[in-house]
Amino acid sequence: MRTDVEYLRPDTLDKALEFLGRHGKETKVVAGGTDVMVGLRSGTAQALYLLDVSRLSELKGIEETSDELFIGAGATISDILSSDAVARIAPALRKASFRFASKQIRNMATIGGNICRASPAGDTLPALYVQDAQLELVSSSSSRRISLSEFIVGPGETRLGSGEVLRGLRLKKVPGFRVHVFEKVGNRKALAVSIVSLAALFHVTGAGVIERAHLAWGSVAPTVVRSTHVEQFLIGKPLTAGTLELAFPLVQEAISPINDIRASAAYRRSVATGLLFRLLDYYKINA
Amino acid sequence: MKTYKRVPIQFTINGKQVSLEVAADETALQAIRDGLKLKGTKEGCGIGECGACTIVVDGKSMNSCLILAAQLHGREVLTVEGLSADSELHPIQQAFLDHHAVQCGFCTPGLLMSSHALLTENPNPDRKEIVDGISGNLCRCTGYQQIVTSIETAARRISKEKVR
Repeated sequence: MRTDVEYLRPDTLDKALEFLGRHGKETKVVAGGTDVMVGLRSGTAQALYLLDVSRLSELKGIEETSDELFIGAGATISDILSSDAVARIAPALRKASFRFASKQIRNMATIGGNICRASPAGDTLPALYVQDAQLELVSSSSSRRISLSEFIVGPGETRLGSGEVLRGLRLKKVPGFRVHVFEKVGNRKALAVSIVSLAALFHVTGAGVIERAHLAWGSVAPTVVRSTHVEQFLIGKPLTAGTLELAFPLVQEAISPINDIRASAAYRRSVATGLLFRLLDYYKINA
Repeated sequence: MKTYKRVPIQFTINGKQVSLEVAADETALQAIRDGLKLKGTKEGCGIGECGACTIVVDGKSMNSCLILAAQLHGREVLTVEGLSADSELHPIQQAFLDHHAVQCGFCTPGLLMSSHALLTENPNPDRKEIVDGISGNLCRCTGYQQIVTSIETAARRISKEKVR
C-alpha cells in the first residue's frame, strides 16, 4: 500500500461528487470495501485518495413505486436479502444474494460495488440483466440513466466517468413470473467465485407453454450473456426437457467461456446448458 | 474537503470507548491487533475468503481484514475477547470445549464471532441454518461436525438460561 494515501468521508453525496469532479482519477470510492481492499493489498488498485461513501444516505434505500423498484447503490447484499420488496419484485436477485460470498461479505458488500466492479462472475449481475436493470449515474454537474447491459463493456470495464458515482438502479415490475431462477456452480457452496451462473425469469401458461423467457449467464463470456436467439426460440414452446435440449446449440453459440484456474471452457459449456434443466425443478415447485 | 493521512477515530470495542489514530489505508484487523493489542482476531488470508478475522460491528458479522480502520469510527465492535466476562466462558465457548470443536484453534475466534452473530439473529437455528450461518468461516482441521454440534448445544443452553 502506498504511504501517501489519504482518507476522506464527505457527509453528503454532493460533497463527494464535488471532490470526485476534481480528483476522480486518483480516487478509489470505497463502499463495502470488499473488492477495493483486496486491490489495495495486492497493489493492483493505486489511489491517492480513499473516498468513503459507506454512510451516505443518498445511496441507500430500497423503494417501491407503482411500476418500479429502486435499489440504492449503497444497499448491501444483506439489505437486499431482508427486503420484502425485492422478494416480491426481483426474486432472481434475491436468490442470487443467498449465494453471494459469505454472510460477513454480504453484510459489507454493496450492489453498486458488484455492478461497478463488473466482474464477468459478479453474482448479482445475471439477475439484474434478466430484469433489464437501468442505472442512474450522477456527477457534480449531471445525472444520466443507462442500461446495465450498456454500462458494462468488458471484464472490469464500465462506462463510469471519473467524476461519476452510481447512485442506484431501477427494475421494472413484471408480475406473474412462474419460474424465477438463480443457479450458481462454484468450487464450494459458499465463498466461491462462480464457475457458471444462470438467472432466468419465465412466464409460463397454465398449460405449460413458455410466454416470456429472459435468461442470462455469468462467467461464460467477458460480460454477462443474454441471447435473444435463445429467448425467441423458447417462446411458444412447452417448458420441457426436450425443448430445453433443442436450445443447447443456440446457447453454445451465444457463450464464449475460457479456461482458467477454476474450470475449463469445455466444463463451462457443459454446465451452461445443463443448468437449464434446473428451470424444470422451479417450474414444478411453483406450478 | 478535509483529507487525512492519519485518521482520528473513536469507537466502542467490547464495551469500552477507545480513541485511536489510524493510517488512511489501515485495516480494522491491523488496528485491532497492532493498535489495540487484541490478538484474538486472526489473519487467515487477508482478503475476506476465510473468515478467521470475523468481528461483529453494530451487530453484524464482518471480515475485519476488509474494513478500513477509519470506518470503525462511531461503531460498536465486538471481538472474541469481548465474549466472556472475567473468568466465565460464554456458552458458545464452553460448548466448543465440551464438543472438541477446537484443534489448532486458528479458525476458532472467527467461528465464535460468526456463531454469536448467528445466535443473536436466530436463537434456535436448525442444523442447516447453522451450516449456512457459519459458511463464511473455513476450518482445515475439524471437518466442521463438532463445530455445528457445539452451536446446537450453545443455542439450547442459552435458551435455558433465558428461561430461568
